[in-house]
Amino acid sequence: MSSTFLGMPGSFPKNAAKAVQNSQLRYNLRKATHTIRGKRANVVGELPDWQELRAAGKAIKDETLRHLDRYLVQMEEAVTRAGGHVHWARDADEANRIVGELIKATGETEVVKVKSMATQEIGLNEALAAQGVTAYETDLAELIVQLGDDFPSHILVPAIHRNRAEIREIFLDKMEKVPEGLTDEPRALAEAARLHLRERFLKSKVAISGANFMVAETGTLVVLESEGNGRMCLTLPETLISVVGIEKLLPAWRDLEVFLQLLPRSSTGERMNPYTSMWTGSVEGQDFHLVLLDNGRTDVLADEVGRQALRCIRCSACLNVCPVYERAGGHAYGSVYPGPIGAILTPQLRGMSSELDASLPYASSLCGACFEACPVAIDIPEVLVDLRAKVRHKPAERAGMRVAGWILNDQVRLAKAQRLATRFRKLVPKRLPGPLSAWTDTRDLPDIPEESFRDWWERNERA
Amino acid sequence: MRVALFITCVNDTLFPGTGKAVVSLLRRLGCEVDFPAAQTCCGQMHVNTGYRDEGVRLARHFTEVFAGYDAVVAPSGSCAAMVREQYPKLVRPGSRGATAVAEVAPKVHELSEFLIDVLKVDDVGAYFPHRVTYHPTCHSLRGLHLGDRPTRLLQNVRGLELVELPAAQECCGFGGTFAVKNPAVSAAMGADKVRNVLGTGAEVLCAADNSCLMHIGGTLNRQRTGVRIMHLAEILAATEEAQ
Repeated sequence: MSSTFLGMPGSFPKNAAKAVQNSQLRYNLRKATHTIRGKRANVVGELPDWQELRAAGKAIKDETLRHLDRYLVQMEEAVTRAGGHVHWARDADEANRIVGELIKATGETEVVKVKSMATQEIGLNEALAAQGVTAYETDLAELIVQLGDDFPSHILVPAIHRNRAEIREIFLDKMEKVPEGLTDEPRALAEAARLHLRERFLKSKVAISGANFMVAETGTLVVLESEGNGRMCLTLPETLISVVGIEKLLPAWRDLEVFLQLLPRSSTGERMNPYTSMWTGSVEGQDFHLVLLDNGRTDVLADEVGRQALRCIRCSACLNVCPVYERAGGHAYGSVYPGPIGAILTPQLRGMSSELDASLPYASSLCGACFEACPVAIDIPEVLVDLRAKVRHKPAERAGMRVAGWILNDQVRLAKAQRLATRFRKLVPKRLPGPLSAWTDTRDLPDIPEESFRDWWERNERA
Repeated sequence: MRVALFITCVNDTLFPGTGKAVVSLLRRLGCEVDFPAAQTCCGQMHVNTGYRDEGVRLARHFTEVFAGYDAVVAPSGSCAAMVREQYPKLVRPGSRGATAVAEVAPKVHELSEFLIDVLKVDDVGAYFPHRVTYHPTCHSLRGLHLGDRPTRLLQNVRGLELVELPAAQECCGFGGTFAVKNPAVSAAMGADKVRNVLGTGAEVLCAADNSCLMHIGGTLNRQRTGVRIMHLAEILAATEEAQ
């Protein structure tokens, strides 16, 4: 059973400091992110109207969020009309309880799952386990994470931190039936997973999914995937329960034209994803339940700067271009949402009361690569800086920044501080004490000059 | 043309040579350079670390000091981006100082922007017979969209051999207080940047931001690589007579 991130100790800098020392992890992450990064750049670069598509994606999402109340009711009506049942969940507990009761009503104790971020966010698998229900992940990477009793570390590629040799080890160790002579060839590993999963698909009477999009106009849910395992889950079982964040809505069917281009190109770096499943209400007698999940989203919507994070379509392009994610890995973020988007989404959804969550807005050099790659133009650096102003700062830092602000706000004070520094310039040690050792542990300090620029100007240029 | 030099607090305190280079370069190109003595800091460190109130005070101070100039030139892509891109959001329309921000912010130029867009020169008559590689810092690349302006200027420097830096667009890992708040990741990013710099065989690493150069240069020095860091202004100010 995969573990949950909730209540994870530590802080981003501490977690990341451990991760950067793991050379296997660094190699795996570098190779994987650079490969997807390159593929994305190619398929985005070939479209002459990418910026227009991006602007359209942003505009459609903004329009949806502005009138979310209306579109949600429209969605509910459409799904109900098509024979589905709609449930409203305020938070994780409520959503987990609803799903648990729906499963209980079927009498089943085993369910199959389509890869879904929303159900990971609420810790559904763990909540179901507590109610005696076993949830089986069917996405290959999620399966690897679940079998390895591990945490996902990437939105699209949850097992990105594992290489194929490690995956083979996990399969040998944890799968009931493994083909003889299993190698670490991708084809052999996929075949082993296929045999393992096929039985589950045929046996299971209940499936749980999320959705990439919901169309309010028609009541349609949309799942994009690569493996086809999702479609098995969506179509074979008698009961389908979809847990979907309220921000996944799109107003109209034709809006999919934009997002079915933006998502695969940004996500897997493909022009088109192999499988797109769409369903409306109850299909061919299947009992369909839609659980609409808030879990903090309404609060995010109330924040003028932070609300743009709700435009996110979970493509993970920002992770793949992020130099910090590439070195720290996904686990350091302590959330199902790692990388730049996680650094702005997790603190907004979970709050910033824990040390870990308060450190997330600082998990960025503000280089801006994420904003540039984002298919719905979320200005992640802007939100990071805004969140940093809302974090409770440590008293020592607060005091230091106040003094710095006081000195910098006046030319005379600044000049005096500079003269003090130049006077004692020979006495500055090679290694600084306290928190400033963070600089001198790996970097030399620049030499302090004999004279500041302003003093030089005053002496030579002032008429 | 009468221009105001915004030296930036980092250059003022730690890299006065860059300021002197800007003055001599702009004078050589016929500008009258003024240094408003009341200037201090753009406030980027405070704003980007989460101390908005202090940042707003510094932003208001900045706009008061530089009001009335035709153009303000800063030898820093990062500080110029702060003023032009972040000030209008920081000092909200309708609040005190917003009018001054709207008036002053668009007149602030990073050095290479000023040379190419305002003065319309891409050959400044410099001479620098060395092998140089250029790192486009994040805020000059993705904030100001400087594009090829700095490298166009460098390509026209007599004697200079410009070598391409692999993975140039990747952040060096400085990131202001990020460098001390997340030292492990910052150092890991810096190490990769240094590896790429060394791969070029360049004698000099050039950029439009001394703060990033301080981080990369600090790593280059610690590793005893012998590669020098130089601000773009210092290379452009170099002439045959001065060699």
